[in-house]
Amino acid sequence: MVDLSTKYLGLNLKNPIVASSSPLSKKVENAKRLEDAGAAAIVMYSLFEEQIKHESTALDHFLNRGTESFAEALTYFPELEHYYVGPENYLELIQSLKKALDIPVIGSLNGVSAGGWINYARKIEQAGADALELNIYSLPTDPDVPGDQIEAEYVSLVASIRKEISIPLSIKLSPYFSSLAHFASRLVKAGANGLTLFNRFYQPDIDIDQLEVVPNLVLSDTDDMRLPLRWVAILNGRLDANLALSSGVHSGEDVLKAVMAGANAVMLTSELLRSGPGRIQEVLDEMKALMVKLEYESITQMHGSMSQKSVADPTAFERAYYMKTLTSFDNKL
Amino acid sequence: MKREMITIDGNEAVAQVAFRLNEVIAIYPITPSSGMGEFSDAWSAQGIRNIYGTVPMVMEMQSEGGAAGAVHGALTTGSLTTTFTASQGLLLMIPNMYKIAGELTPTVFHVSARSLAAHALSIFGDHSDIAAARSTGFAMLASRSVQEAQDMALISQAATLESRVPFLHFFDGFRTSHEVNKIEQLSDDDLRAMIDDELVFAHRQRGLSPDRPSIRGTAQNPDVYFQGRETNNPYYNACPAIVQNAMDKFAALTGRSYRLFDYAGAPDADRVVIAMGSGAETAEETALYLNEKGEKLGVITVHLYRPFSVEHLLKALPATTKAIAVLDRTKEPGASGEPLYQDVVTALSEGLAAGNAPFNQMPTVIGGRYGLSSKEFTPAMAKSVFDELKKADPKNHFTVGIIDDVTFTSLDYDPAFSIEFPETKRCIFFGLGSDGTVGANKNSIKIIGEETSNSAQGYFVYDSKKSGSITISHLRFGPKPIRAPYVIGSGDANFVACHQFTFLERLDVLKYSAPGGVFLLNSIYGPDEVWDHLPKEVQQTIIEKKLRFFVIDAYDVAHKTGMGGRVNTIMQTCFFAISGVLPRDEAIEQIKYSIKKTYGKRGEAVVQKNFDAVDSSIANLHEVKVPAAASSKLARLDPVPAAAPKFVKNVLGKMIAYEGDDLPVSAMPVDGTFPTGTTQWEKRNIALEIPVWEPNVCIQCGKCSFVCPHAAIRQKVYAPETLEKAPAAFKSADAKFREMPGAKFTVQVAPEDCTGCGLCVEACPAKDKTQVGRKAINLAEQVPLRETESKNWNFFLSIPDADRTKFTPNTVKNSQQLRALFEFSGACAGCGETPYIKLASQLFGDRMVVANATGCSSIYGGNLPTTPWAFNSEGRGPAWSNSLFEDNAEFGLGMRLTIDKQAEFATELLKGFSGKINDQLITDILNADQGSDAGIAEQRKRIAALKETLKGLKEPQAAQLVNVADFLVKKSVWIIGGDGWAYDIGYGGLDHVLASGRNVNVLVLDTEVYSNTGGQASKSTPRAAVAKFAANGKGLPKKDLGMIAMAYGYVYVAKVAMGSSDAQTLRAFLEADAYDGPSLIIAYSHCIAHGIDMRKGLEQQKNAVASGIWPLFRYNPALIDEGKNPLQIDSREPSISVEDYAYNETRYRMLLQSDEARAEMLMKQARSDVDKRWNLYRQMAEIEYKAGEAQKTEE
Repeated sequence: MVDLSTKYLGLNLKNPIVASSSPLSKKVENAKRLEDAGAAAIVMYSLFEEQIKHESTALDHFLNRGTESFAEALTYFPELEHYYVGPENYLELIQSLKKALDIPVIGSLNGVSAGGWINYARKIEQAGADALELNIYSLPTDPDVPGDQIEAEYVSLVASIRKEISIPLSIKLSPYFSSLAHFASRLVKAGANGLTLFNRFYQPDIDIDQLEVVPNLVLSDTDDMRLPLRWVAILNGRLDANLALSSGVHSGEDVLKAVMAGANAVMLTSELLRSGPGRIQEVLDEMKALMVKLEYESITQMHGSMSQKSVADPTAFERAYYMKTLTSFDNKL
Repeated sequence: MKREMITIDGNEAVAQVAFRLNEVIAIYPITPSSGMGEFSDAWSAQGIRNIYGTVPMVMEMQSEGGAAGAVHGALTTGSLTTTFTASQGLLLMIPNMYKIAGELTPTVFHVSARSLAAHALSIFGDHSDIAAARSTGFAMLASRSVQEAQDMALISQAATLESRVPFLHFFDGFRTSHEVNKIEQLSDDDLRAMIDDELVFAHRQRGLSPDRPSIRGTAQNPDVYFQGRETNNPYYNACPAIVQNAMDKFAALTGRSYRLFDYAGAPDADRVVIAMGSGAETAEETALYLNEKGEKLGVITVHLYRPFSVEHLLKALPATTKAIAVLDRTKEPGASGEPLYQDVVTALSEGLAAGNAPFNQMPTVIGGRYGLSSKEFTPAMAKSVFDELKKADPKNHFTVGIIDDVTFTSLDYDPAFSIEFPETKRCIFFGLGSDGTVGANKNSIKIIGEETSNSAQGYFVYDSKKSGSITISHLRFGPKPIRAPYVIGSGDANFVACHQFTFLERLDVLKYSAPGGVFLLNSIYGPDEVWDHLPKEVQQTIIEKKLRFFVIDAYDVAHKTGMGGRVNTIMQTCFFAISGVLPRDEAIEQIKYSIKKTYGKRGEAVVQKNFDAVDSSIANLHEVKVPAAASSKLARLDPVPAAAPKFVKNVLGKMIAYEGDDLPVSAMPVDGTFPTGTTQWEKRNIALEIPVWEPNVCIQCGKCSFVCPHAAIRQKVYAPETLEKAPAAFKSADAKFREMPGAKFTVQVAPEDCTGCGLCVEACPAKDKTQVGRKAINLAEQVPLRETESKNWNFFLSIPDADRTKFTPNTVKNSQQLRALFEFSGACAGCGETPYIKLASQLFGDRMVVANATGCSSIYGGNLPTTPWAFNSEGRGPAWSNSLFEDNAEFGLGMRLTIDKQAEFATELLKGFSGKINDQLITDILNADQGSDAGIAEQRKRIAALKETLKGLKEPQAAQLVNVADFLVKKSVWIIGGDGWAYDIGYGGLDHVLASGRNVNVLVLDTEVYSNTGGQASKSTPRAAVAKFAANGKGLPKKDLGMIAMAYGYVYVAKVAMGSSDAQTLRAFLEADAYDGPSLIIAYSHCIAHGIDMRKGLEQQKNAVASGIWPLFRYNPALIDEGKNPLQIDSREPSISVEDYAYNETRYRMLLQSDEARAEMLMKQARSDVDKRWNLYRQMAEIEYKAGEAQKTEE
């Protein structure tokens, strides 16, 4: 019998599989299905400060519009008793998930204002989340804003939230930093207990018939795992923080690769959206079979065993090898 | 006992009592009573209980007639039941009121009294409706203020239970129903103390029950009906004393004392005015004021109007009375006098005859009318009545408040006369509807009323436009009770605020300013530069009246704090800062408290931005140093252009300038008939941005003008030489129309009539290939474009309209060559209804007769001052009328009957001239093909020739034929209305008219709610949508009107949504007109009441169709004869989810935000509704038909 247990953000996980931030965590019954299928923890969908603000101002706009200007129709809608346009629903869901599940529940937050980040982080902690993942999703596009300014803002944000909450804190990052290892190290020093690599952004498409930019949600495939796999391998053992690999994990083999590279936890999203929560059980079975086949006893045993530090040829994870990959790929053609 | 002082309007004050005293409430929306029903529905939804400990059941009915029926049924089975209504609604209740009274059933109907539709509809207040119901047998109790309305609501309930006589409790529509005033609230204990439980039990026991069976509502014969009718006399005889007892009990409880006929004034008065409603309060205050100056005047306020107690009236009159004026707020044409006047004359006459009068000699009694349709009744007018009574030969049957230069009934009055207390502060605020001014003022008046010891009053005047509308708020507050049910007069306002700078160009806002008062202006110009931007008249008034002048750039503060165009809290803060009614810090604290209370549940972000606006206001408020002399070269603009016709200039122009009150009787048409095409003269300039056309990108598809709700963007194809006289900036392109090779083409905007809604931009499919964000139509700021584009527009108008015989309107682009004969209405910017009406006016306008149900379309279509139905260069255009809400289908059918009958008569006459005139002409006329515009043009020529020929003939039939010959040209009858009419109140009639087989075209502008009265649910409201009276989301699916109509098999039915398919819409209109039988078009009309970005209205239409919520189809019975299936589904199988459509709209989304579980449940059912309906339609469309299966039988 192989031992799948691991530790992530100071939480004891029965296996490395974490159901990542997705619509599946919006309902207690779905979260329960994830737990039943074997998920070791759940990262909730993100609380978006911008969305809360937008919902609130939009509701206000539409309830106000046209009122008190025409004698026969001083209003157009009945006044309802309460609107859940703040974070209430999200916070209530944390409480419900905590009641319904035995596995850890990790909150996820995307803020806009400094005040918003801190305020909502505190509320998520108070609602009972076991840890908080900061989903720092912003795309700097202003040519006048230098990268070090962006990084400094991230670091300061992490430090300020760290001061306010005591639950473990992880940061979900994008891969677009000029010196990722250095930046990651700064985040950890600022108080991050873990890093999730990486955030997958929606990449818009162009519709050439309608001449419109269209949103395009594409679920990941296994190839998408290469980028985080490399960086987990590079960062493993170099930071005083846990690593979670996110993007492109679809099978038991993928999970094991992530663990070997140095991931403490492995996030599953696309695979679950595509195949449903029950897929976790299959992935776990695949993991176990592979571990038996490869004669591994535990996840701990394989953890980081193929990180950059552990492999015979550390340059394998570095740039030089890139050309060779392409060559070998061409040869296959 | 200490009671709470609250500051609320009359509707809420009454509803608070009625709700707590009843078990069943059956309602139907009608202005100005809708508020009472809405409050009740909201409280019921919130689970608020009545004094018996149960939540009253509120039921919305399909009409007031239905509400009265339901009330009758609930009463007759023993529930405590009430309803709220006004005007036409009360008329519809009358049949049941006779029954309820005849059966001695206790109930109270609360009525916000409103004018009846006669020569015109009016939503405003008078007692015409009450007068019309006075013979029903209901007791009638009148209130004259917000406090009284609350009190009488209770007194009437106590009295009805004891007397068993049903009561109609009424108060003045708008003046009392909508006035916000500080009152002492009645507690539940007060209500309990006034209501005897034994009487309630007795009422319930009288209820029909199979446990103690009896029957009611029998039919009786000549032998006993009469006797039966006399049985209730003892109850009516006892009623006045019962009411007075209730009043006395109430006085003991609350300290507020009322009499059936309340006398106020000098005990030894020689002149007495008798009146009821708010006008009586004005008369009383005036009398008291004049008595202090040495007059001997008195006023009797009639509270109990029915049963009319002669005894009590006589007792109320001073023995010294020499002359009496009876004021009626109604008109009964042809009567010997108005109702109250007649009652008083009869009472005096009977009293003198019986020796019961307090005097021995008949006083002089005159009667007069005042205040119809909320016409102001001021102390000056009241004084003129008292003055008239002084005369040896006072004018009887007078009017006061108008200038009657036709039959000279009116009394003169001195408008400068004022009885305002100097201690009372009077403030007027001019705002735009959209800037939130009224809402903020309602807050202010609540703050002053509830947080200071002051009395406070707020009254709000709205205009009748739904876009760019102006509001005027009248606020009074001060240490003395405010009994002033009239607006603040010229020269009386201590504080005038103008929240929109541009109003100064159009309105004389400072005429209201009292000398030494304050003027607060929202201005983009700062304190040092504003002066030079003011019109000269404004400068002069500021100097002459020595006004203190303040400015704030509230737009800038609003913009910076995320408030958009809502300057309300900013201007409110400035008002408190300047007025000093509260210490500044306390005022700000109170404003913020009120913001939190009002907006708190909408989220922190909303509260915060309002707080930010408040905090930024005072720093931006500046006092202006007023120069010694006026220096401006700017003058106030004329209300209409100089080129306008005389009637427009002299009559409508006055109304536009808010001077309609000064128009004399002779200025008005005698029969309510007005010229059309008058909106073109009211240059409203409400758009911030207008469309700009790019000829090199345009593909000339016509979509922009097709969707324009205001006909403000148009296109023409014309001969190239036309451009020789064009202004330099006039744009054109080579036309791509095969009907006119080598021609030029222009899309032109009416810059001063456009509302800037942006629908044209959204509809434009053409994108610049080098920069796709640029379309063939793009919005740009209006002000810099105004002058140039106005010149271009005038030139555009001078280009001849397209030759209708050349452009067959079977394509969208061709249809837009036809002139719109419905233009520049006052509908909301981006309205989803008006594009359909405009399309009909383009296609059929020159031969179109319209019956228009009351509702949005009758208001933007027919509310003065200017109206949008127009005429073409030949002087032809739609003829339009509005009858009622409930009868529109029948009204339209009547129009059809005239056309058919007169055409038949003309045909008979024409045949009679066979052999006497050119027979070929007769044959050609009778056999004319009028299936196209070309055919119709030919027929018009023939009819002209016929008339010319007939002129020379002397026989009487020739004159007859000339008189009716025009009916031989094809006419198109359009019956237009909203879903409230078609699905609910007018459904019975609509069904009959469709069943009649007659050639009428019914256009249902389906917004899925009662839009005009503020978004109440109709049977068209879809499942899961929130509406008033469906606050927890409608739990049942939308009625499928189209399916019902299709069941006849001979009715043309189409469901259209132009945002999804303009071509299908166009085809449906053409087919409906062409079909020689009844046609029904149900048109998806996006609406402000959906809570959407109106600019995205067309996109939402597309989504509605794509989700299957609104399948497009046409059912053409003509196809049956061809052996084809008449049902053609024009939209594809649902391709997006119902949520993807619905959750773009606040009406659905707010339920998700307030009760997610219910929203999800209803949404699931809504999805199932769509699936089921789609399945059914699909199968129906697949049925095989054989030729000759048409079901329509020959008439």
